Amino acid sequence: MNKNDHDGIWVFAEQRNAELHEVTLELLGKARGLAGQNQGKVTAIILGQGIKPLAQTLLNYGADSVLVADNPVLDPYRLIPYSLVFEKLIKEYHPEILLMGATFMGVELAPRVAARVRTGLSAHCVDLKLDKDGKLLQVVPGWGGGVIATIACPDHRPQMATVMPGTMKPLSPEERKGEIKEIEINLPDKDLGPKVLEIKREKAEGLPLEKAEVVVAGGWGVGSREDWKQVEELAGVLGGAVGTTRPPVDEGWAEEGQMIGQSGKTVRPKLYMGIGISGVMHHVVGMDQSEHIITINSDANAEIFETSDVIVVEDFRKILPKLIQKIRERVER
Amino acid sequence: MNRIIVCMKPVPDPQHWNKVSMDHETQTLKREGIPTIINPLDKHALEAALSIRDAHGGEVLLLSMAPPFVTPTLREGLAMGADRAILLSDPVFAGSDTLATAHILAAGCRWIGEFDLVLCGNMTIDGSTAQVGSQLAELLDLPSVMHVIDLHRKEDHLLRITQKIEHGYVRLEAELPLVISVRKELNKPRYTPFTGILAAESKEINMLSNEELHIDTGLIGLEGSPTKMAGLELRRFKREKERVEGSPEEIVQVLVDKIHRYGII
Ligand SMILES: Cc1cc2nc3c(=O)[nH]c(=O)nc-3n(C[C@H](O)[C@H](O)[C@H](O)COP(=O)(O)OP(=O)(O)OC[C@H]3O[C@@H](n4cnc5c(N)ncnc54)[C@H](O)[C@@H]3O)c2cc1C
Ligand SMILES: Nc1ncnc2c1ncn2[C@@H]1O[C@H](COP(=O)(O)O)[C@@H](O)[C@H]1O
Repeated sequence: MNKNDHDGIWVFAEQRNAELHEVTLELLGKARGLAGQNQGKVTAIILGQGIKPLAQTLLNYGADSVLVADNPVLDPYRLIPYSLVFEKLIKEYHPEILLMGATFMGVELAPRVAARVRTGLSAHCVDLKLDKDGKLLQVVPGWGGGVIATIACPDHRPQMATVMPGTMKPLSPEERKGEIKEIEINLPDKDLGPKVLEIKREKAEGLPLEKAEVVVAGGWGVGSREDWKQVEELAGVLGGAVGTTRPPVDEGWAEEGQMIGQSGKTVRPKLYMGIGISGVMHHVVGMDQSEHIITINSDANAEIFETSDVIVVEDFRKILPKLIQKIRERVER
Repeated sequence: MNRIIVCMKPVPDPQHWNKVSMDHETQTLKREGIPTIINPLDKHALEAALSIRDAHGGEVLLLSMAPPFVTPTLREGLAMGADRAILLSDPVFAGSDTLATAHILAAGCRWIGEFDLVLCGNMTIDGSTAQVGSQLAELLDLPSVMHVIDLHRKEDHLLRITQKIEHGYVRLEAELPLVISVRKELNKPRYTPFTGILAAESKEINMLSNEELHIDTGLIGLEGSPTKMAGLELRRFKREKERVEGSPEEIVQVLVDKIHRYGII
């Protein structure tokens, strides 16, 4: 697509079962910030059925207007109908920027849309900026996070990016007014790709990692399922969530959804505590933006110490039981 | 089902990533001395292809866009059991972003002609974009499914697919041909049999340049890529590193005080 006559920042408002994905609000917050810099407008795009009531929420979190495509064909999400709707909207409204969450849905949809309208897309961004000419600079980690690349899309529009959930901050919602516009959808009912037979979802239990003020993460050094309980207990007394590196997931001590890092979640809690974690890039890229970082590792040369504010060179087994007890005493006082 | 294409990318071995350095003049990464391996998820894609072929007959083709020096890595895929390999290699392909790569792989698929299924890994470990599968499908005008954790052939032209999503999964039914990108939960890649290594020596690796593929050079390489590198840096993480020492009791006391000062307890 040609770059002239394009304007506005679009945010894909991802929903399933009329429930917005968290990242949508984070993207709106970021889009608002970028729009403030170049006086652009923020438009949220929402597709599905029975989703009109969500439009006001999108305005409250920072959208200036909302385009709603409410149609049975768009519920549940299917890749081909969604990409056809995006193609139509992009060709009609010419957005300058289009942002989606790097979620299961966004990761599948964004590249298909980008290829369909022949524009550039950068994946899993951890930051977005505008350069002095108002072009979008997309900051992406590569090579396990050891390399940070800044990507631009100088000549094609829209400039597209998927953004890692948890890396951007939503605004506090306030009652805002804005245009809510419904879009007509006319899609053929055949050739729309795979049929959905069943959708199964379990409720996420406990505090979601990305929202926790405190994250206590354990690594391979925790050593056993028995001792993993100490990690959980410490998180418990601190009112936080439990995070993990890859090996405990492989061992079955922790769930995949708790994994922090390049192939897991990005967290930026007030306090991150790392127990028995060596600190390879794969993990560090997911936690290095935490406000305070305390780590315990028996190896004085552990890499993780490079990313720590407070370090303890000790066997965690000597520290954790006492620490848990002390904190519990304090909290119960 | 008789012909399955597996898109396989040779990638630098992550065990050696600490050797990566930067050439500040050209703003490129220096990866000398880093061996190449099959992108780990592409092995899962290959395993899926091989098990379908073993059950239903047909052939498995490896398709790769990479410089010629990766042929030993392709041989590993052939040793695992693929029937032949096609390497798309041309200096004009260098610097391709995901869309340009998808154009090249799509041209490769068209050159192959008829096929029933294209399998990709969900994501590579070096670029980690997780974009090429969906884009390839779009350019071939085929349906696509990502995040695949289960795959069954139902009838001749029908596949049952399980796709992972947040806290759950979606079960889909899809008609062939289509493009599927797989996660590691899908299967366990087989070990390469010794006989496979021997057999691979005589299997065909077909190298194609743009002479054969005729892709509009405006769509490929550095020139044809919509995204451009605007900056590159090696990441270094620096923090206070205040070391707390003493007896466990003393250490715990300091930690509790700090956690209190952070406003958490
Ligand atoms: C493509 C790819 C993607 C990946 N993505 C991720 C990702 O997103 N997130 C992730 O975490 N990993 C990821 N990994 C895995 C990653 O490379 C590392 O293997 C992993 O992070 C290491 O976990 P660890 O630090 O727990 O284990 P190890 O590296 O084994 O470290 C264990 C540490 O515990 C210490 N220790 C041992 N005993 C004790 C004790 N008693 N007390 C205190 N300390 C002790 C040791 O000194 C050591 O430093 C990925 C790998 C690949 C190839
Ligand atoms: N150069 C390439 N040659 C062959 N297949 C590729 C290439 N690049 C990407 N792929 C395929 O696309 C998948 C996703 O790649 P990516 O978008 O780079 O994360 C990989 O797992 C491969 O199956």
